[in-house]
Amino acid sequence: MAEFPRDVAYTPEHEWYRVQDGTIGVTDHAQRSLGDVVYVELPAVGAVLEAGRPFGTIESVKSVSDLFAPVGGRVAAVNTALADEPERVNREPYGGGWLIRVDPSGEPAGLLDADAYRRLVEGT
Amino acid sequence: MPGRRTSLYERQRALGASFAPFAGWELPLQYAAGILAEHRAVRCAAGLFDVSHMGALALRGPAAGEAMDWLCVNDPRGLDAGMALYTPLCRRDAGTQDDAVAYCLEPGRSYLFIVNAANVEADAAWMRSELDETGIAARGAEIVDESARTALVALQGPAAVDILGALLPAGEREPVAALRPFTFRAGGAAAGVSCLLARTGYTGEDGFELACAPQDAGRLWDALLAAGQERGLLPCGLGARDTLRLEAALPLYGHELDLETSPLEARLGRFVRVQGRHCCAGDALVRQAAAGPERALVGLLPQPPAIARAGAVVRTPAGEPLGVVTSGTYAPTLGRAVALARCRRGQAPIGSVVVVDVRGRAVRADVVRLPFYARGKG
Repeated sequence: MAEFPRDVAYTPEHEWYRVQDGTIGVTDHAQRSLGDVVYVELPAVGAVLEAGRPFGTIESVKSVSDLFAPVGGRVAAVNTALADEPERVNREPYGGGWLIRVDPSGEPAGLLDADAYRRLVEGT
Repeated sequence: MPGRRTSLYERQRALGASFAPFAGWELPLQYAAGILAEHRAVRCAAGLFDVSHMGALALRGPAAGEAMDWLCVNDPRGLDAGMALYTPLCRRDAGTQDDAVAYCLEPGRSYLFIVNAANVEADAAWMRSELDETGIAARGAEIVDESARTALVALQGPAAVDILGALLPAGEREPVAALRPFTFRAGGAAAGVSCLLARTGYTGEDGFELACAPQDAGRLWDALLAAGQERGLLPCGLGARDTLRLEAALPLYGHELDLETSPLEARLGRFVRVQGRHCCAGDALVRQAAAGPERALVGLLPQPPAIARAGAVVRTPAGEPLGVVTSGTYAPTLGRAVALARCRRGQAPIGSVVVVDVRGRAVRADVVRLPFYARGKG
């Protein structure tokens, strides 16, 4: 079964956001639905994100999806390891498969906690 | 609306399959290992696919030979019992109704078409109307939809022959191992299950397709999985089936072929053998071949890391429209994206460069020789 850690907040579009350090990734549920990830397109360090807007794309063998910013802000770091090892997103979606880190420009809004996100994806 | 399920559905669930709708069916997209691992297993060891959703149309009667001649675009006249034929099935205007493998059970009397799941009903209706209109049906040729009585599994990969051999009676191993591509043995048994054993497939690898009764498919499936375990076999879903066939540049109906596309426009010219025969699409295909079809299917290697998918528009570097991508994916064996595109014939020669619109971005792509992958000899 998919994991829903409690130390992150979730978007309805299946990104997670860790408030403590500004890290953004895709959820375990998302990586399972996508299947083997073969390419992740991410913004450059310094790029400005707008909350709720696409900031990149994630591509699996079967499909391509936009990535949506859980919070607005400036990109502080990018997980460059994904260029050579996009499969990290599948292996450790909440760890080594993180996508970017942001300096948030405000408080995140409209995010879900673990229980609400679980209910959303499990349809209960 | 939930899709139809094959007789292997519960086993697939237990193997960690994730399911996707396909042509009215609910079929495994991938199993626990994932598409990349499944793809690799077929190229290096073996994979097991449930393709029971495919249609099975029997053609029987004293005029069945005449019916084959009329319906098949490839030449069926030399078919003997135990031989199979890949053939496009075309309308009178040369548009493609479907593509199929026709198995000859008894020459001149009994054949079995394995057709695409989405087309079964339409194929049967088209065949019947052609046979009625020409009087062939009246002379004794009947189309019977055997799909519900036919389960089909595909065992594909270099280890397929050893895995299947382990399930055969000792006396059957040699003859089955010696089966040439596009030949089959009917009336045999594997793991005690009566089945038709054909040296056919849709992956670009060696392998077999086994047709049996749906109520026996579970036993056959379990035995193949068990025999394959030590040899690296994985159960494989539709995802890997698509990446495998695309690397081998095998057409998929609805993508490379449809009612508006002739086989001559889908790189299938070598399967168009209508001269000197009575084939319903013969005149139109001969005319098109003489005039030169307007479009041709070409192979593209988009510049990494872009993946051009079906529907992407193809242009010249100067921006002139050339055509459209019919299928595109990440090709695991090549480690990069590949695509098939239907372009204006002669406008995208091998070695030239085109530009593909990948979600609003212009991506350079090299036109290359097909297939993208061909298995080594020996």
